[in-house]
Amino acid sequence: MNSNRVGKQSVIFHTAPRILTSAAIAGDMEGEGPIGTYFDMILEDDTWGEDSWEKAERKMYIETVKIACDKAKCDYRKLDCLLGGDLLNQIISANFAARDLGTPYLGLYGACSTMSESLLCCAMLTDGGYLTQSACIAGSHFSTAERQFRFPLELGSQNTATAQRTVTGTGCAIVVSGDNEQKSSEQNSRIYNTVHIVGGTIGKVVDMGITDSNNMGAAMAPAAVSTFTGLLADFNKTADDFDLIVTGDLGRLGGTLFCDMCAELGVDVRNKYLDCGNIVFAESQKVDCGGSGCGCSAVTLCGYLLKRMEEGDFKNAVFMATGALLSPTSTFQGESIPGIAHAIILERR
Amino acid sequence: MKQEKTPEQRQYEQKVNEMMPKSRTGFQCIKAFISGGIICCIGQLISDVGSLMFTFTEKSRGAFTSIVLIFLGMLLTGIGVYDKIGKFSGAGSIVPITGFANSIVAPAMEYKREGYILGVGANMFKLAGPVLVYGIASSVLVGLIYCIIYALGGKA
Repeated sequence: MNSNRVGKQSVIFHTAPRILTSAAIAGDMEGEGPIGTYFDMILEDDTWGEDSWEKAERKMYIETVKIACDKAKCDYRKLDCLLGGDLLNQIISANFAARDLGTPYLGLYGACSTMSESLLCCAMLTDGGYLTQSACIAGSHFSTAERQFRFPLELGSQNTATAQRTVTGTGCAIVVSGDNEQKSSEQNSRIYNTVHIVGGTIGKVVDMGITDSNNMGAAMAPAAVSTFTGLLADFNKTADDFDLIVTGDLGRLGGTLFCDMCAELGVDVRNKYLDCGNIVFAESQKVDCGGSGCGCSAVTLCGYLLKRMEEGDFKNAVFMATGALLSPTSTFQGESIPGIAHAIILERR
Repeated sequence: MKQEKTPEQRQYEQKVNEMMPKSRTGFQCIKAFISGGIICCIGQLISDVGSLMFTFTEKSRGAFTSIVLIFLGMLLTGIGVYDKIGKFSGAGSIVPITGFANSIVAPAMEYKREGYILGVGANMFKLAGPVLVYGIASSVLVGLIYCIIYALGGKA
């Protein structure tokens, strides 16, 4: 037994579960960003015709799952499981979406790291033979996150220079077992033929004592370093073995800190490093340090990176969504902000 | 009850502070000064125009100006302009009475979806509450001190 464990905190998937397809819905500001053209749908109105932002976020969840299932030519009612979460208290968006979709459901909370957490859990369950076709989902909404974690939207306050903007968007990936035969021969197909999840690393909670809730990048960067170095040690690899290293939402400051701390440990990632928070918004969009939220890594992975990978732009990649595990209560009580990052290894086969 | 920071945490904090993009405090102070000044000029204008149109005592002129400014602050919040002004001017639009109006209307608008009693009613003073509590408390304190000095025979 135990043959699927590697090193201290990593797992290897011998059957290599495949990502069959993915879908992403994003808000209007994200749509104007550098990767805006890759999204399946862009919202013109941030309430999407609903009477609250929370309902709009829920609708985004439901529609993203439906679009993804539509692409995979499967019925969403036949999914084995839906795994996902969001940023709101008691992960209501994911819970209510699962209620409306009627699929079996496992709710997850990893703050902004939810996308990689759900893919990691889903890949483990699929590799173990417990699931054959399931959906992984994560998302966030600027307005719901803002009112829960910060101030009312109409309040005239200034952001600090390290603040990041929560991404409005949801991303969904359909994961099937590695021996699934469903392939597509058409050009520009919406089904991926080659993207597999071959391994992953379960992150540890790392707290470097950052207490400023407007500086999440710095709070999460050490967790990303811990997970990434743990992954390299467990799989006995170097950074050169990967074409691309992606972090979730460290933003401009956190991204620089990540590269810097890796370099101090003798790992050079600079020329193959990408942060979702940095590419989802352009610097000209005045978002201070970049994007954040679970939607940030979810829309970037599901909308953009997986498509690039299917096209063959890179052979293998480490995807590490990073999460800041704080709540308004803990911040007000003066607690520091612990960070977490989970990694999955994606490979073309 | 803050936990003591470990040496590694302190070292990291130092590193973060070095690399952090800095808020341009000086520049923002100038922006706040100018925009706060503009709001005050508008207040003066309202006060002057008001006393041309109506007959005011010194006291009621001040009240009239405050009422008009609060109304404007609320209106601009309601139509979604005040937060944009606030992004630009920072303290310049928070310190004047219009900022106080903004801090009450903004949560009231936001919590309308949770209902009028438990939403608007309970959350309207979420941001302005601390200002009211400590504003009123310190005014009572100052009043008491004034009263004691007066009772001791000092002239006010």
